[in-house]
Amino acid sequence: MTDILNIDHLSVTPNNASSRYLVKDVSFKLSAGKTTCIVGESGSGKSLTALSVMGLLSNQLQAQGSIQFQGQEITKLSSKALQSIRGAKIGMIFQEPMTSLNPVLTVGYQIGESLTAHLGLKGIALKDKIAALLTQVGIPPERANSYPDELSGGQRQRVMIAMSIACEPLLLIADEPTTALDVTVQAQILKLLDVLKTRMNMAMLFITHDFGVVADIADDVIVMFRGEIVETGSRQDVLNNPKHPYTKALLACVPDVEGKKELKPIDYAWLNENPLNENQPNEKVAL
Amino acid sequence: MSQEKSNEVTLAANHLVKTYTQAAGRFGLGSNQIKALDDVSIALKAGSTLAVVGESGSGKSTLARCLLQLHPFDSGEVLFEGVDLAKLDKNALRVKRQHLQMVFQDPFASLNPRMKVGEIVGEGLLIHGLGSASEQKDKTLQMLVKVGLQADDAQKYPHQFSGGQRQRIGIARALVLQPKVVVCDEPVSALDVSVQAQILLLLKELQAEMNLSYIFISHDLRVVRHIADEIVVMNAGKIVESGSIEAVYSTPQQPYTQQLLSAIPGRKAA
Repeated sequence: MTDILNIDHLSVTPNNASSRYLVKDVSFKLSAGKTTCIVGESGSGKSLTALSVMGLLSNQLQAQGSIQFQGQEITKLSSKALQSIRGAKIGMIFQEPMTSLNPVLTVGYQIGESLTAHLGLKGIALKDKIAALLTQVGIPPERANSYPDELSGGQRQRVMIAMSIACEPLLLIADEPTTALDVTVQAQILKLLDVLKTRMNMAMLFITHDFGVVADIADDVIVMFRGEIVETGSRQDVLNNPKHPYTKALLACVPDVEGKKELKPIDYAWLNENPLNENQPNEKVAL
Repeated sequence: MSQEKSNEVTLAANHLVKTYTQAAGRFGLGSNQIKALDDVSIALKAGSTLAVVGESGSGKSTLARCLLQLHPFDSGEVLFEGVDLAKLDKNALRVKRQHLQMVFQDPFASLNPRMKVGEIVGEGLLIHGLGSASEQKDKTLQMLVKVGLQADDAQKYPHQFSGGQRQRIGIARALVLQPKVVVCDEPVSALDVSVQAQILLLLKELQAEMNLSYIFISHDLRVVRHIADEIVVMNAGKIVESGSIEAVYSTPQQPYTQQLLSAIPGRKAA
C-alpha cells in the first residue's frame, strides 16, 4: 500500500526557547483508505502535529524533521506551492464549525471558493458541483443560499466537511470535529466521515481526546503524551491490550456505559518518576 | 463510602413552566415563544445524586437555574425542605441559599480573575456572616485542602491554576458553606478525561463525607452512569423519561432515551 503521508522525526519547538519540545520526535505513516486517530490530553501535541502537516504552525513555533506527502517533502515548500496542496489534496475540518465559517458569506459561496481556486470551476458547473457536495453530506442543495447562522451545529459541520472534500483530497485531517456536538449528531457525523473516507479512499488523520470516538472510527491509533508518541497500534490492540503504562492509565480514566469500571485518575507523580521511554524506545512504527 | 440513602426529598420541583420570548422576523419585531421548561417535576432525595441529561437546548441548564431561583419561572413551585422558595423574600432566600450551591461548567469564566482564591472561596462565609474573621479564614483553608489544593493556594489568583484545579476551587467555593444541595452544571465537560476522573471521584468522596445531595446536569451519559443514582432525561423542555440509573440504562422505555444511549460513542466496537 502506498503511503499518503510519511512523517519522520517531527519536532516542534518555540522559536525563543528551543530546548522545550512541544512535539518531540514524532514519526508515523498514513495510507489510503485508513483512519488513524491521534489521542491525547490537552497539551499532548496532537493538534500541533496536525497543524505542522498543513504548514499552519504559528510563526512563533518552528518544526524540524521531515513531512512527505505522496513522496514529496512539503516542509521546504514555498507558501504558494503549499497553498496548491492545502485545500486541494489535503482537506481539513476543525472543531468549532461556527468560528471556521465566514458569517457574512453563504455556505454555497464558501464551498465554491476552493473549487474555483483549485479546479477553476465557474458558473453552472460550479453551482452543480456545490449542490452535489451538499447532497453528499446530507444537506438539501437549496441550503447553498443559507448563511452559517441559519444552520444548526451539525449542519455547519456538514458544510465544513463538504468544503474539505470538495477537491477530493487524498488526506483529510479532522481536528476534534465532533467535540462541540451533541451525541446523536456526533454519531451521524462520524458515520458520514467514515462513509466518505471509504467512498473516496482517503487517508484520514482524526484527532480526538475521546476513546469512545476512537473505538467507533479508528483503524489505527497513536497515543501522545507530553509531545511524544507513547504507543501506536491497531484499534483492537491499543484499546483492548494497551502496552504502555500511560495508555493503560488513560484508558482507566474513561467512564464506561455499564458503570462497572472503577475510575482511576492518572498518577502523574508515578509517570514523572518513571521515564516514559525507558522500557519502550520511541522507534519508528509503521502503521 | 456507601452511606444510607434516605427517601427523604430535600429539593423538589413541581410542574415548572418557563417560557422564553425570542425576537423573530425582520428586525426582530416579531416574537416566538419557546418553552424551555414544560411541566417539569423532579424530586431529589437527601444524600443522593439526580442526573439531568439531554442535548443542547433541552432545557437542562434552565432547570438548574430555576431550581436555585436564579431565573424567574412562569408557574410551578420549587420546594426546598418543604419551603416554597419563590414565596420567600430576598433576605429569607439569601439565608436559604447557603444550603443551595452551584458548581459551574467553565472553570475559567466562573472565577473572578481579580480576586485571590482565598477571597473567592471565603466570600460566601463573609456574605452569610458565618463565624469570626479568623474562623472564616480557617474554614476557607480547610476547604481548600479538602478539595485537594494547598492552604498556600489561597494567596494565588485563578489564572495560576489549571482547568482541573480551578474546578476544585469552584467546588470549594460551593462547599465551604456546608450546603445541603449542590447543583453541578456540566462540572466536568470542559476537562480532560484524566482530570474528569479526579473531579468525579472528589465529588463522590465529598458527597459521602458531607452528606450532600447533587443535581448533576450533563450531556455525557458515560459520566452520568458513574455518579448518579437517579436520572431524568429531557428533550425540548419536557422530561421524557425518569427512574433509577440501572433501570433507565438497562431498559430504556422511550425511543428518545434509546436513541441517546445508542449514540454514545464506543458502544459497538472494541
